[in-house]
Amino acid sequence: MPVSTTSQGTPIWRLRTTRAQWLQYLGWLAGACLFLLCWKVISDNTMWVFVEDAGRQGSDLISRMLPPQWSYAHRLWKPMWDTLNIATLGTLLGIAMAFPVAFLAARNTSPHPLVRSAALVIIVSSRSINSLIWAMLLVTILGPGVLAGIIAIALRSIGFIGKLLYEAIEEIHPTPVEAISATGAGRLQVMSYGVLPQIMPAFAGISVYRWDINIRESTVLGLVGAGGIGLQLNAAINSLAWNQVSVIFVLIFVTVLASEWISARVRHAII
Amino acid sequence: MLTLSQVSKRYPTGDRALSDIDLTLPRGQVMALIGPSGAGKSTLIRCVNRLVEPTSGSIRLEDTELTRLSGAALRRARRSMAMIFQEYALVDRLTVMENVLSGRLGYVGFWRSFTRRYSQEDIAEAFRLLDRVGLPHALDKRADALSGGQRQRVGIARALIQSPRLLLVDEPTASLDPKTSRQIMRLIRELCAERNLAAIINIHDVALAQQFADRIVGLRAGQIVFDGKPGELDAETLTTIYGEEEWDTRVQEEETEGEPATPAPTAHLNLATGGAS
Repeated sequence: MPVSTTSQGTPIWRLRTTRAQWLQYLGWLAGACLFLLCWKVISDNTMWVFVEDAGRQGSDLISRMLPPQWSYAHRLWKPMWDTLNIATLGTLLGIAMAFPVAFLAARNTSPHPLVRSAALVIIVSSRSINSLIWAMLLVTILGPGVLAGIIAIALRSIGFIGKLLYEAIEEIHPTPVEAISATGAGRLQVMSYGVLPQIMPAFAGISVYRWDINIRESTVLGLVGAGGIGLQLNAAINSLAWNQVSVIFVLIFVTVLASEWISARVRHAII
Repeated sequence: MLTLSQVSKRYPTGDRALSDIDLTLPRGQVMALIGPSGAGKSTLIRCVNRLVEPTSGSIRLEDTELTRLSGAALRRARRSMAMIFQEYALVDRLTVMENVLSGRLGYVGFWRSFTRRYSQEDIAEAFRLLDRVGLPHALDKRADALSGGQRQRVGIARALIQSPRLLLVDEPTASLDPKTSRQIMRLIRELCAERNLAAIINIHDVALAQQFADRIVGLRAGQIVFDGKPGELDAETLTTIYGEEEWDTRVQEEETEGEPATPAPTAHLNLATGGAS
C-alpha cells in the first residue's frame, strides 16, 4: 500500500511502495542490458571494412548523380503519367471493393457472424501482403504492365480502406439508426439514411489518404515490372546511369509533395 | 387500441426489466409513463415497436399481434407507430427536410429514397408539418445546425409524417430547458388531439406529466404500481413509485400561499419544482 501512517498518526501517500519502486529500477536495468546485448550482436554481424569507407562511397555516388541529366526528363513524363494512373485507378478500384466489405465486417451492420469472419479474412489477407509482393504475383499471372500495377494497388487498398472504414462504422451513434429503423425502413434504407451520412467524412478522408499512399507505392511497382516510373528507375540503376536516377528521384519527390498537398486540401474541404 | 398482456423482458445480462405488464391504451389517449431511472420505461415502449424484443407476452395494435412479426410485416407495423427520442436521434449530416422525409422510408422503395425522389404528396406534407411545428425557415439547414428545441420539433415532424396511429415518446424533454419542455409537450399534446393519436410518453418530470397527460402510469422495477388520473397522484403514490422522499413541499407552499385548491395541474406543478429545488 502506498498509504502508510507515521508514528504521529498522519497518513502519508506515495505513488509507489518501496518494493514497487525497486522493481521499476530493476526493470530499467534489464532493459538497458538487453539494449547493449543487441548492440553487440549487430556489431559482430557487420563487416566493418565496408562501413569504414561508407563516407567515401556515399560521396562518390552523389558525385556521379550530380549534375542530374535534365535532358532525360522528357522521357519520364509518360511513365510518370502511368504511375499517377496506377495510383488513382487502383485506389478507385480498391474503394469499390472495400466499401461493401467494410459493411459486412462491421459488427453493427454485418448480416451474420460467419459473413463477418469472411470479410475480416479478406481484410487481413489484403493487408498482410505488401503491394510490391502483390505486383510480383500479378506480373507473373497477367504479364508485365500497368494493369498488374493497378490491380496490385487495388488489392492492397482493400484491407487498408476496409479496416479503417469498418472501424468508423462501428463507432457511429446508434440512436439515429434506431430512429430510422423505427420508421419501418428496410435494411438498405437504414444503412443509407442512418449509417452512410455518419461515415461520409471518415470515408472521404480515408480514401484520399490511401490515394496519397498509393502515389508513393506505385512509384516502386515498376521495379518488379508492373509499369510506371519504377521501370525507368530500375533500368537507370542497372545501367549505372546515376545522373538519370537523380532526375527520377527529383521527379518522384515533387509528385509526392504535390499529392500530399492535394490530399491535405481535399480532406480539409470535406471534413 | 394497444393492448399489452403479460409482457416480460429479461436482458441477456439477467436483469429483469419488465415483469408481467398488462396495459390497455384506448384510441386518442395520451398516457404518461413515470418512474425512476431503470424502472423499464424505455424498455416498455421499445418492446412495442420491437426495437427491443420482449421475452414473453403479447402486444396487440388493433388486430395485429406485434410480437410475432418479422421482415416486411414488422416494417409495415412500424409505420403506424412513430417514435420520438430523448436525444432527438436526427441524422446530423442530413438536412432538416431529409430528416423529416426519412419518416416516409417505410412507404417508399430503396432507390426512390436513396435518390431522394419522394412523391409530391409526401413533400407537400413535409412542408405542412414543418410549418405546423414552427420551422418553415429551416428546411434546408443541416440538422446539427439547430438548437435542442428545434431539433425535437424536427423529430416530431418526422414522427408525424409517418401518419401513425400511435406515438411512442421517449423522454422528449430530458435535454431541454423548462420553457422549451413545456412548448414541446404542448405541441405533442395538440398534435395528438388534432389527429386523434394515442401516445405513450416516458417522462421524468412529474409536473409536466400531470399537466399534459390524460392518464398516468407509474412503473417501478418493471411493474405497474400506479394507474390513474393525473389528479390522483399524491405524495403517497409518489413514494410507492419513486421511494421515500420529502414530497410535502407542495403542502407547505399551498398553506403559505393560502390559496384554495386550484385545478390539479398548477397545484402539482409546485410539487415538482419544489421537490427539485
